[in-house]
Amino acid sequence: MAKRIEASNVSSYYGSFKAIDSVSMTVEPKTITALIGPSGCGKSTFLRSINRMHEVLPNARIEGSLTIDDQNIYDPDVDVTAVRRMIGMVFQRPNPFPTMSIYENAVAGLKLNGVKKKSILDEAAEKSLRSANLWDEVKDRLDRPGAGLSGGQQQRLCIARTIAVEPQVVLMDEPCSALDPISTLAIEDLMFKLKDRFTIIIVTHNMQQAARVSDKTGFFSIDKTGDPGRLIEYDDTQKIFSNPAQKKTEDYITGRFG
Amino acid sequence: MSLLDREVPGVVMTPDNIRSRTLPVAVNLGIAVGAFVVAAAIVLGAGIGNWVLVVVLGAVFYLVGLNVVAGRIEGRRAARNRAMKALIYSACVLAILPLASVVWTLVSKGVARLDGNFFGTSMNNIGARDPEGGAYHAIIGTLEQVGIATLMSVPLGVLGAIYLVEYGRGKFAGTVRFFVDVMTGIPSIVAGLFILSFWVLIVSPWFNDGQPRFSGFAAALALAVLMLPTIVRSTEEMLRLVPGPLREGSYALGVPQWKTILSVVLPTALPGIVTGVMLAVARAAGETAPVLLVAGGAAAINFDPFAGNQQSLSLFVYQQAGDASRYAPDRAWTAALTLVALVLILTVAAKLLARRNKLSR
Repeated sequence: MAKRIEASNVSSYYGSFKAIDSVSMTVEPKTITALIGPSGCGKSTFLRSINRMHEVLPNARIEGSLTIDDQNIYDPDVDVTAVRRMIGMVFQRPNPFPTMSIYENAVAGLKLNGVKKKSILDEAAEKSLRSANLWDEVKDRLDRPGAGLSGGQQQRLCIARTIAVEPQVVLMDEPCSALDPISTLAIEDLMFKLKDRFTIIIVTHNMQQAARVSDKTGFFSIDKTGDPGRLIEYDDTQKIFSNPAQKKTEDYITGRFG
Repeated sequence: MSLLDREVPGVVMTPDNIRSRTLPVAVNLGIAVGAFVVAAAIVLGAGIGNWVLVVVLGAVFYLVGLNVVAGRIEGRRAARNRAMKALIYSACVLAILPLASVVWTLVSKGVARLDGNFFGTSMNNIGARDPEGGAYHAIIGTLEQVGIATLMSVPLGVLGAIYLVEYGRGKFAGTVRFFVDVMTGIPSIVAGLFILSFWVLIVSPWFNDGQPRFSGFAAALALAVLMLPTIVRSTEEMLRLVPGPLREGSYALGVPQWKTILSVVLPTALPGIVTGVMLAVARAAGETAPVLLVAGGAAAINFDPFAGNQQSLSLFVYQQAGDASRYAPDRAWTAALTLVALVLILTVAAKLLARRNKLSR
């Protein structure tokens, strides 16, 4: 199921502004990769390039190639909705659909893509909510609105919604930045569990979190405001946090910069 | 001593100044009574007006007196707070006053002919000396014309707004938006003239052996022209309020854009869209000029909106109000009441319908 992602010389633009400059990295299947770096260095832009979410914004475009198991997802004949079904995404702020119940939110991806059978939806709802560690908290109120849950529960609902469509890659854009430590822990536990089935890439500002959860870490940085972000170093998390090859990485991790 | 304390003495909280005296309610009432007594003495004593002036003058005296007395007892800041609050409340009352007055006038004058005969008969064969006669034909006309206009303008308007918000980029969208804005200000008589020259005089002869013909449908067309820009604008505003992350959340599940709009964006914006549509419906139901121009008005019942003259409630009000018969004004008032009630019922029904789809909290 899980797939290998290869980015080579990916550059992303917002209009004429170059946000990231030729990023190349390979992400192995069934691993957790953390992307760290100061604000505005292009981590999120790169993440959004992986499931072609970058191009949703007006005038945004991308250069270079991004392959998932040797399929270039930026080929002109690629169906963008198929790419996004294969590569799910969890956003920084929980965004459950306000008009839908918890149940409907959990199976939204299936329902909106045409799955109609009640038995399949029921099963998928329970499975994804269980996987997201949310089932026990919401099983008695599945018909209540999803927006009525607490922030941490909403974020887990969004994770359930993402994994219900059984993607091969899950992208997480600072999924814990709006959450308290307990909810954060719940989501980190969840990521370990999901690692068996999915390839996970997570953007985080929390370096302890990167060190705790990830197998590999990529460090992005910019020279000064207005310059494009670059991938400075990409290696095993152990190596990045104990013995980084680049001076810049070491400065950032030890808190002397950024 | 902090900077704030030095510059604005007395605003920084200390254990001594966190408590302040409040104005007793009795004093407050006393000021009110005093203000009105003084106002009455001045106005009636000098013989310069009636009770309306007493109320206005009394209110002004009360506001001034309250400010002065409260300033003495509670301090300057609290008094200013009181004065501002009183101003806001008075503005609210002043705004509601004409509304309440309209409703009261409608109800009190409209109740005279609020009987079965009014809702069951038309004005056919009703002479100037006949007290009977009703607005059945006008109610039918209004419902059919506004109904058809709504059926035409809501899909067009909502789809147009979706285009402007979700798809429209560049010059073309800008042009469309500009013309929608211009159309919002179109006088209704111009819409009526447009339909008169285009539909009644050019198109309708094709269906009627070469003779131009008034019809309720033509009125519906004119009303649709008036409703369209209102619906596009209000729907556009509502769709823009739907947060972008909701759309992205849906895209990230691999849901195509059309399905995202249909299943995520529209339901989220639905209550606001319904409000906008109902405003447009209310405006259309109250239009007189276009109906007069292209449907002609009628005294008899005509169920067929595609053939022959039709009446509408607002036109009925206009004609009865100017009629020489001594029974006509009563009919006009009752018809006006009926029109307001109709729009109110439609609005409430639409809001309930839009809410039913929402989840209970």
